Amino acid sequence: MTALRTEGLGRRYRRTWALRDCSVALPSGRVIALVGPNGAGKSTLLHLAAGLLAPTTGTIRAFGRPVRESLERIAFMAQGKPLYSGFRVAEMLAFGRRLNPRWDDAAARGRLAELGIPFDRRIGRLSGGQRTQVALTVALAKRPDLLVMDEPLADLDPLARQDMMRGLMAAVAETGLTVLLSSHMVSELDGTCDWLTVVNKGRVQVSGDIDELVAGHRLLTGPAENADALAARLPVISRGGTGRQATLLVRDTAPLPDPRWTGRPVSLEETVLAYLRAPDLAALPRPALTSLG
Amino acid sequence: MIEFHLDRGSGVATYLQLVHQVRHALRLGVLRPGDRLPTAREVVDQLAINPNTVLKAYRELEREGLVSGRPGVGTFVERSLGQTSMGDRARLRADLARWVLDGRRAGLDLEDLEALIASVLTDSYREETA
Repeated sequence: MTALRTEGLGRRYRRTWALRDCSVALPSGRVIALVGPNGAGKSTLLHLAAGLLAPTTGTIRAFGRPVRESLERIAFMAQGKPLYSGFRVAEMLAFGRRLNPRWDDAAARGRLAELGIPFDRRIGRLSGGQRTQVALTVALAKRPDLLVMDEPLADLDPLARQDMMRGLMAAVAETGLTVLLSSHMVSELDGTCDWLTVVNKGRVQVSGDIDELVAGHRLLTGPAENADALAARLPVISRGGTGRQATLLVRDTAPLPDPRWTGRPVSLEETVLAYLRAPDLAALPRPALTSLG
Repeated sequence: MIEFHLDRGSGVATYLQLVHQVRHALRLGVLRPGDRLPTAREVVDQLAINPNTVLKAYRELEREGLVSGRPGVGTFVERSLGQTSMGDRARLRADLARWVLDGRRAGLDLEDLEALIASVLTDSYREETA
Protein backbone atom coordinates (compact mmCIF):
# COMPACT_ATOMS: atom_id res chain seq x y z
CA MET A 1 0.00 0.00 0.00
CA THR A 2 1.30 3.39 -0.97
CA ALA A 3 0.76 6.32 1.37
CA LEU A 4 1.94 8.98 -1.00
CA ARG A 5 2.56 8.79 -4.74
CA THR A 6 3.77 11.64 -6.90
CA GLU A 7 4.11 11.68 -10.66
CA GLY A 8 5.98 14.40 -12.49
CA LEU A 9 5.28 16.63 -9.53
CA GLY A 10 6.65 20.16 -9.75
CA ARG A 11 6.13 23.48 -8.07
CA ARG A 12 7.35 26.83 -9.35
CA TYR A 13 7.49 30.13 -7.48
CA ARG A 14 7.54 32.85 -10.12
CA ARG A 15 10.49 31.78 -12.28
CA THR A 16 12.17 29.42 -9.82
CA TRP A 17 11.38 25.72 -9.64
CA ALA A 18 11.38 24.69 -5.95
CA LEU A 19 10.64 21.11 -6.93
CA ARG A 20 10.59 19.51 -10.34
CA ASP A 21 9.91 16.24 -12.04
CA CYS A 22 9.37 14.43 -8.75
CA SER A 23 8.06 10.87 -9.13
CA VAL A 24 8.21 8.87 -5.97
CA ALA A 25 6.13 6.28 -4.11
CA LEU A 26 6.27 6.26 -0.32
CA PRO A 27 4.94 3.10 1.38
CA SER A 28 2.35 3.30 4.14
CA GLY A 29 3.07 2.40 7.75
CA ARG A 30 6.58 3.75 7.43
CA VAL A 31 8.43 6.53 9.19
CA ILE A 32 9.90 8.39 6.24
CA ALA A 33 12.79 10.82 6.62
CA LEU A 34 12.94 13.59 4.05
CA VAL A 35 16.48 14.89 3.94
CA GLY A 36 18.28 17.50 1.85
CA PRO A 37 20.19 20.76 1.98
CA ASN A 38 18.43 24.06 2.63
CA GLY A 39 16.41 25.16 -0.36
CA ALA A 40 16.38 21.65 -1.85
CA GLY A 41 12.60 21.48 -2.03
CA LYS A 42 11.82 19.60 1.21
CA SER A 43 9.37 22.13 2.59
CA THR A 44 7.68 22.48 -0.79
CA LEU A 45 7.21 18.72 -1.05
CA LEU A 46 5.79 18.59 2.50
CA HIS A 47 3.37 21.44 1.84
CA LEU A 48 2.23 19.71 -1.36
CA ALA A 49 1.78 16.46 0.61
CA ALA A 50 -0.33 18.23 3.22
CA GLY A 51 -2.48 19.89 0.55
CA LEU A 52 -1.33 23.38 1.57
CA LEU A 53 0.16 24.05 -1.87
CA ALA A 54 -1.18 23.17 -5.30
CA PRO A 55 1.20 21.55 -7.80
CA THR A 56 2.34 23.54 -10.82
CA THR A 57 2.83 20.28 -12.76
CA GLY A 58 2.07 16.62 -12.14
CA THR A 59 -0.01 14.89 -9.48
CA ILE A 60 0.25 13.94 -5.84
CA ARG A 61 -2.02 11.30 -4.32
CA ALA A 62 -2.44 10.07 -0.75
CA PHE A 63 -3.78 6.54 -0.24
CA GLY A 64 -4.83 6.41 -3.88
CA ARG A 65 -6.80 9.67 -3.96
CA PRO A 66 -5.73 13.24 -4.80
CA VAL A 67 -4.30 14.88 -1.67
CA ARG A 68 -6.86 17.67 -1.77
CA GLU A 69 -9.66 15.07 -1.43
CA SER A 70 -7.93 13.27 1.46
CA LEU A 71 -7.29 16.18 3.80
CA GLU A 72 -9.19 14.68 6.73
CA ARG A 73 -6.69 11.78 6.70
CA ILE A 74 -3.62 14.03 6.73
CA ALA A 75 -2.24 16.07 9.63
CA PHE A 76 0.48 18.68 9.23
CA MET A 77 2.89 19.95 11.86
CA ALA A 78 4.52 23.14 10.68
CA GLN A 79 8.05 24.23 11.37
CA GLY A 80 8.86 26.47 14.33
CA LYS A 81 6.00 27.22 16.70
CA PRO A 82 2.88 25.89 14.99
CA LEU A 83 0.47 26.94 17.76
CA TYR A 84 -1.18 30.17 18.92
CA SER A 85 1.03 31.28 21.80
CA GLY A 86 -1.80 33.31 23.44
CA PHE A 87 -4.03 30.22 23.67
CA ARG A 88 -4.16 28.08 26.78
CA VAL A 89 -3.54 24.35 26.23
CA ALA A 90 -7.23 23.55 26.86
CA GLU A 91 -8.28 26.22 24.33
CA MET A 92 -5.94 24.71 21.75
CA LEU A 93 -7.72 21.37 22.23
CA ALA A 94 -11.18 22.98 22.01
CA PHE A 95 -10.07 24.67 18.78
CA GLY A 96 -8.90 21.37 17.32
CA ARG A 97 -12.10 19.62 18.39
CA ARG A 98 -14.24 22.17 16.56
CA LEU A 99 -12.22 21.98 13.34
CA ASN A 100 -11.73 18.22 13.03
CA PRO A 101 -14.55 15.69 12.66
CA ARG A 102 -12.26 12.76 13.57
CA TRP A 103 -10.89 14.49 16.70
CA ASP A 104 -10.05 12.15 19.60
CA ASP A 105 -10.35 14.36 22.68
CA ALA A 106 -9.88 11.61 25.27
CA ALA A 107 -6.60 10.50 23.70
CA ALA A 108 -5.33 14.08 23.48
CA ARG A 109 -6.15 14.83 27.14
CA GLY A 110 -4.71 11.51 28.27
CA ARG A 111 -1.49 12.14 26.38
CA LEU A 112 -1.00 15.64 27.81
CA ALA A 113 -1.84 14.48 31.35
CA GLU A 114 0.71 11.68 31.02
CA LEU A 115 3.32 14.25 29.99
CA GLY A 116 2.41 16.47 32.92
CA ILE A 117 1.53 19.46 30.73
CA PRO A 118 -0.90 21.81 32.57
CA PHE A 119 -4.14 22.49 30.67
CA ASP A 120 -4.51 26.07 31.95
CA ARG A 121 -1.00 27.16 30.88
CA ARG A 122 -0.67 29.50 27.90
CA ILE A 123 1.22 27.97 24.95
CA GLY A 124 3.72 30.84 25.03
CA ARG A 125 4.64 29.97 28.63
CA LEU A 126 5.52 26.34 27.89
CA SER A 127 9.07 25.14 27.27
CA GLY A 128 10.10 24.41 23.67
CA GLY A 129 9.86 20.68 24.31
CA GLN A 130 6.39 20.96 25.87
CA ARG A 131 5.18 23.15 23.00
CA THR A 132 6.32 20.54 20.50
CA GLN A 133 4.55 17.84 22.51
CA VAL A 134 1.31 19.88 22.46
CA ALA A 135 1.69 20.35 18.69
CA LEU A 136 2.25 16.60 18.28
CA THR A 137 -0.76 15.85 20.50
CA VAL A 138 -2.97 18.16 18.43
CA ALA A 139 -1.73 16.53 15.20
CA LEU A 140 -2.30 12.99 16.54
CA ALA A 141 -5.76 13.84 17.92
CA LYS A 142 -6.93 14.31 14.34
CA ARG A 143 -6.33 10.57 14.00
CA PRO A 144 -4.47 11.00 10.72
CA ASP A 145 -3.35 8.15 8.50
CA LEU A 146 -0.50 10.37 7.32
CA LEU A 147 1.34 12.78 9.59
CA VAL A 148 3.50 15.33 7.77
CA MET A 149 6.07 17.16 9.91
CA ASP A 150 8.33 19.99 8.81
CA GLU A 151 11.58 19.91 10.85
CA PRO A 152 10.00 18.63 14.09
CA LEU A 153 13.41 18.29 15.75
CA ALA A 154 14.71 21.79 15.02
CA ASP A 155 15.10 24.11 18.03
CA LEU A 156 14.83 21.26 20.54
CA ASP A 157 17.46 20.26 23.08
CA PRO A 158 18.64 16.63 22.96
CA LEU A 159 16.32 15.53 25.76
CA ALA A 160 13.27 17.15 24.16
CA ARG A 161 14.26 15.61 20.79
CA GLN A 162 14.28 12.15 22.33
CA ASP A 163 10.96 12.73 24.14
CA MET A 164 9.42 13.93 20.90
CA MET A 165 10.69 10.90 18.95
CA ARG A 166 9.59 8.53 21.72
CA GLY A 167 6.08 10.02 21.59
CA LEU A 168 6.00 9.75 17.82
CA MET A 169 7.26 6.16 17.80
CA ALA A 170 4.67 5.18 20.44
CA ALA A 171 1.94 6.65 18.21
CA VAL A 172 3.25 4.64 15.26
CA ALA A 173 3.23 1.47 17.41
CA GLU A 174 -0.36 2.10 18.48
CA THR A 175 -1.96 3.27 15.26
CA GLY A 176 0.33 2.21 12.41
CA LEU A 177 0.14 5.69 10.91
CA THR A 178 2.55 6.82 8.20
CA VAL A 179 4.94 9.62 9.14
CA LEU A 180 6.74 11.87 6.68
CA LEU A 181 9.18 14.18 8.43
CA SER A 182 12.00 16.42 7.29
CA SER A 183 15.17 16.86 9.28
CA HIS A 184 18.73 18.11 9.12
CA MET A 185 19.82 15.79 11.90
CA VAL A 186 20.57 12.66 9.96
CA SER A 187 22.30 10.96 12.89
CA GLU A 188 19.10 11.28 14.95
CA LEU A 189 17.07 9.48 12.31
CA ASP A 190 18.94 6.21 12.72
CA GLY A 191 16.66 3.76 14.47
CA THR A 192 13.59 5.98 14.28
CA CYS A 193 13.03 6.34 10.54
CA ASP A 194 12.88 3.29 8.30
CA TRP A 195 12.59 4.93 4.90
CA LEU A 196 14.84 7.64 3.47
CA THR A 197 14.02 10.10 0.73
CA VAL A 198 16.70 12.60 -0.24
CA VAL A 199 15.84 15.70 -2.25
CA ASN A 200 18.63 17.73 -3.73
CA LYS A 201 18.40 20.74 -6.02
CA GLY A 202 14.66 20.29 -6.42
CA ARG A 203 14.86 16.62 -7.44
CA VAL A 204 14.44 13.31 -5.63
CA GLN A 205 17.86 11.73 -5.42
CA VAL A 206 17.45 8.74 -3.10
CA SER A 207 14.33 6.88 -1.95
CA GLY A 208 14.35 3.53 -0.25
CA ASP A 209 14.33 1.33 2.84
CA ILE A 210 17.07 2.61 5.17
CA ASP A 211 18.43 -0.79 6.23
CA GLU A 212 18.68 -1.96 2.63
CA LEU A 213 20.19 1.32 1.51
CA VAL A 214 22.88 1.36 4.20
CA ALA A 215 23.65 -2.37 3.84
CA GLY A 216 24.02 -1.85 0.09
CA HIS A 217 26.93 0.58 0.46
CA ARG A 218 30.52 0.16 1.65
CA LEU A 219 33.58 2.30 2.17
CA LEU A 220 36.59 0.79 0.42
CA THR A 221 40.15 1.69 1.32
CA GLY A 222 43.19 0.70 -0.70
CA PRO A 223 46.20 1.80 -2.74
CA ALA A 224 45.64 4.87 -4.93
CA GLU A 225 47.48 3.28 -7.86
CA ASN A 226 44.64 1.01 -8.86
CA ALA A 227 41.74 3.08 -7.51
CA ASP A 228 40.80 4.19 -11.04
CA ALA A 229 40.59 0.61 -12.26
CA LEU A 230 38.36 -0.39 -9.36
CA ALA A 231 36.25 2.77 -9.62
CA ALA A 232 35.60 2.06 -13.30
CA ARG A 233 33.94 -1.24 -12.39
CA LEU A 234 31.86 -0.14 -9.41
CA PRO A 235 29.13 2.45 -8.83
CA VAL A 236 31.14 5.06 -6.90
CA ILE A 237 29.21 7.62 -4.85
CA SER A 238 32.14 9.52 -3.45
CA ARG A 239 35.91 9.42 -3.65
CA GLY A 240 38.57 10.56 -1.26
CA GLY A 241 42.00 9.81 0.02
CA THR A 242 45.40 11.34 0.02
CA GLY A 243 48.64 10.39 -1.67
CA ARG A 244 48.97 6.65 -1.94
CA GLN A 245 45.71 5.77 -0.21
CA ALA A 246 42.32 6.08 -1.79
CA THR A 247 38.83 5.66 -0.37
CA LEU A 248 35.71 4.91 -2.39
CA LEU A 249 32.18 4.90 -1.09
CA VAL A 250 30.46 2.44 -3.40
CA ARG A 251 26.99 1.03 -3.90
CA ASP A 252 28.19 -2.54 -4.12
CA THR A 253 28.76 -5.37 -1.67
CA ALA A 254 30.40 -8.08 -3.77
CA PRO A 255 33.69 -9.54 -2.48
CA LEU A 256 36.73 -7.50 -3.50
CA PRO A 257 39.05 -9.01 -6.09
CA ASP A 258 42.19 -7.32 -4.72
CA PRO A 259 43.31 -8.23 -1.16
CA ARG A 260 44.99 -4.84 -0.75
CA TRP A 261 41.52 -3.29 -0.66
CA THR A 262 39.41 -3.54 2.47
CA GLY A 263 35.76 -2.69 2.85
CA ARG A 264 33.84 -1.57 5.90
CA PRO A 265 30.15 -0.87 6.48
CA VAL A 266 28.98 2.73 6.35
CA SER A 267 26.59 4.60 8.60
CA LEU A 268 23.37 6.21 7.47
CA GLU A 269 24.95 9.63 7.92
CA GLU A 270 27.99 8.80 5.77
CA THR A 271 25.75 7.46 3.03
CA VAL A 272 23.49 10.51 3.05
CA LEU A 273 26.37 12.98 3.06
CA ALA A 274 28.03 11.20 0.16
CA TYR A 275 24.87 11.50 -1.93
CA LEU A 276 24.34 15.13 -0.98
CA ARG A 277 27.85 15.91 -2.22
CA ALA A 278 27.13 14.16 -5.52
CA PRO A 279 23.79 15.65 -6.59
CA ASP A 280 24.01 14.06 -10.05
CA LEU A 281 23.95 10.51 -8.71
CA ALA A 282 20.70 8.86 -7.74
CA ALA A 283 19.69 5.77 -5.82
CA LEU A 284 16.09 5.05 -6.65
CA PRO A 285 14.20 1.75 -6.64
CA ARG A 286 14.10 1.43 -10.43
CA PRO A 287 16.36 1.79 -12.31
CA ALA A 288 18.98 0.62 -9.83
CA LEU A 289 21.46 3.36 -10.56
CA THR A 290 20.95 6.14 -13.02
CA SER A 291 22.71 9.34 -13.77
CA LEU A 292 20.39 12.26 -13.96
CA GLY A 293 23.27 14.49 -15.08
CA MET B 1 12.41 -10.88 30.01
CA ILE B 2 15.19 -9.52 27.85
CA GLU B 3 16.06 -5.83 27.98
CA PHE B 4 17.45 -4.51 24.72
CA HIS B 5 20.17 -1.90 24.43
CA LEU B 6 21.49 -0.06 21.40
CA ASP B 7 24.92 0.86 20.17
CA ARG B 8 24.01 3.80 17.97
CA GLY B 9 27.46 4.45 16.60
CA SER B 10 28.19 0.84 15.69
CA GLY B 11 26.99 1.00 12.10
CA VAL B 12 25.08 -2.28 12.65
CA ALA B 13 21.44 -1.96 11.60
CA THR B 14 19.16 -1.55 14.62
CA TYR B 15 17.03 -4.59 13.78
CA LEU B 16 20.17 -6.72 13.51
CA GLN B 17 21.34 -5.52 16.92
CA LEU B 18 18.04 -6.75 18.38
CA VAL B 19 18.36 -10.08 16.54
CA HIS B 20 21.92 -10.55 17.81
CA GLN B 21 20.90 -9.76 21.39
CA VAL B 22 18.11 -12.34 21.34
CA ARG B 23 20.44 -14.97 19.86
CA HIS B 24 23.05 -14.11 22.48
CA ALA B 25 20.50 -14.40 25.30
CA LEU B 26 19.38 -17.78 23.91
CA ARG B 27 22.96 -18.99 23.83
CA LEU B 28 23.57 -17.88 27.41
CA GLY B 29 20.29 -19.37 28.62
CA VAL B 30 19.01 -15.94 29.69
CA LEU B 31 16.04 -16.56 27.37
CA ARG B 32 14.39 -19.98 27.37
CA PRO B 33 11.59 -21.66 25.42
CA GLY B 34 8.22 -20.25 26.49
CA ASP B 35 9.63 -16.85 27.48
CA ARG B 36 7.83 -13.83 26.05
CA LEU B 37 9.76 -11.14 24.18
CA PRO B 38 8.84 -7.52 24.94
CA THR B 39 6.10 -6.09 22.72
CA ALA B 40 7.03 -3.51 20.09
CA ARG B 41 5.39 -0.88 22.27
CA GLU B 42 7.49 -1.88 25.30
CA VAL B 43 10.71 -1.67 23.28
CA VAL B 44 9.62 1.69 21.83
CA ASP B 45 8.99 3.10 25.32
CA GLN B 46 12.41 1.94 26.44
CA LEU B 47 14.59 2.81 23.45
CA ALA B 48 12.54 5.36 21.47
CA ILE B 49 13.08 3.39 18.26
CA ASN B 50 10.79 2.65 15.36
CA PRO B 51 8.29 -0.14 16.14
CA ASN B 52 8.66 -1.42 12.57
CA THR B 53 12.31 -2.12 13.40
CA VAL B 54 11.30 -4.29 16.36
CA LEU B 55 8.77 -6.16 14.23
CA LYS B 56 11.40 -6.65 11.52
CA ALA B 57 13.78 -8.18 14.09
CA TYR B 58 11.03 -10.50 15.36
CA ARG B 59 10.15 -11.56 11.80
CA GLU B 60 13.79 -12.46 11.23
CA LEU B 61 13.89 -14.51 14.46
CA GLU B 62 10.62 -16.17 13.46
CA ARG B 63 12.07 -17.05 10.06
CA GLU B 64 14.93 -18.76 11.87
CA GLY B 65 12.43 -20.73 13.94
CA LEU B 66 13.69 -19.25 17.19
CA VAL B 67 10.49 -17.47 18.19
CA SER B 68 6.84 -17.48 17.15
CA GLY B 69 4.27 -14.74 17.26
CA ARG B 70 0.81 -15.43 18.63
CA PRO B 71 -1.55 -12.71 17.46
CA GLY B 72 -2.89 -10.64 20.33
CA VAL B 73 -0.77 -12.47 22.89
CA GLY B 74 2.89 -11.80 22.09
CA THR B 75 6.06 -13.26 20.68
CA PHE B 76 7.44 -16.32 22.46
CA VAL B 77 10.72 -18.20 22.40
CA GLU B 78 10.36 -21.52 20.59
CA ARG B 79 13.75 -23.10 21.15
CA SER B 80 17.11 -22.37 22.68
CA LEU B 81 20.38 -22.13 20.78
CA GLY B 82 23.15 -24.66 21.21
CA GLN B 83 25.52 -23.22 23.73
CA THR B 84 29.14 -23.28 22.66
CA SER B 85 31.20 -25.47 24.93
CA MET B 86 34.00 -24.02 27.04
CA GLY B 87 36.44 -26.19 25.08
CA ASP B 88 35.33 -24.71 21.74
CA ARG B 89 35.61 -21.21 23.12
CA ALA B 90 39.11 -21.82 24.46
CA ARG B 91 40.24 -23.32 21.14
CA LEU B 92 38.77 -20.45 19.07
CA ARG B 93 40.35 -17.91 21.37
CA ALA B 94 43.76 -19.56 21.05
CA ASP B 95 43.41 -19.65 17.24
CA LEU B 96 42.53 -15.97 17.18
CA ALA B 97 45.40 -15.05 19.51
CA ARG B 98 47.80 -16.82 17.14
CA TRP B 99 46.28 -14.98 14.19
CA VAL B 100 46.63 -11.60 15.94
CA LEU B 101 50.30 -12.30 16.74
CA ASP B 102 50.84 -13.31 13.12
CA GLY B 103 49.27 -10.04 11.96
CA ARG B 104 51.38 -7.92 14.30
CA ARG B 105 54.55 -9.63 13.09
CA ALA B 106 53.47 -8.76 9.56
CA GLY B 107 53.35 -5.11 10.63
CA LEU B 108 49.59 -4.57 11.09
CA ASP B 109 48.58 -2.31 13.97
CA LEU B 110 45.51 -2.47 16.19
CA GLU B 111 43.30 -0.58 13.78
CA ASP B 112 44.42 -2.63 10.77
CA LEU B 113 43.57 -5.80 12.65
CA GLU B 114 40.19 -4.47 13.75
CA ALA B 115 39.38 -3.36 10.21
CA LEU B 116 40.35 -6.75 8.84
CA ILE B 117 38.21 -8.63 11.37
CA ALA B 118 35.28 -6.31 10.80
CA SER B 119 35.54 -6.78 7.06
CA VAL B 120 35.70 -10.60 7.30
CA LEU B 121 32.75 -10.60 9.70
CA THR B 122 30.74 -8.37 7.40
CA ASP B 123 31.44 -10.55 4.36
CA SER B 124 30.68 -13.72 6.30
CA TYR B 125 27.32 -12.51 7.61
CA ARG B 126 26.41 -10.90 4.33
CA GLU B 127 26.86 -14.25 2.54
CA GLU B 128 24.70 -15.82 5.24
CA THR B 129 21.86 -13.37 4.85
CA ALA B 130 22.08 -13.08 1.05
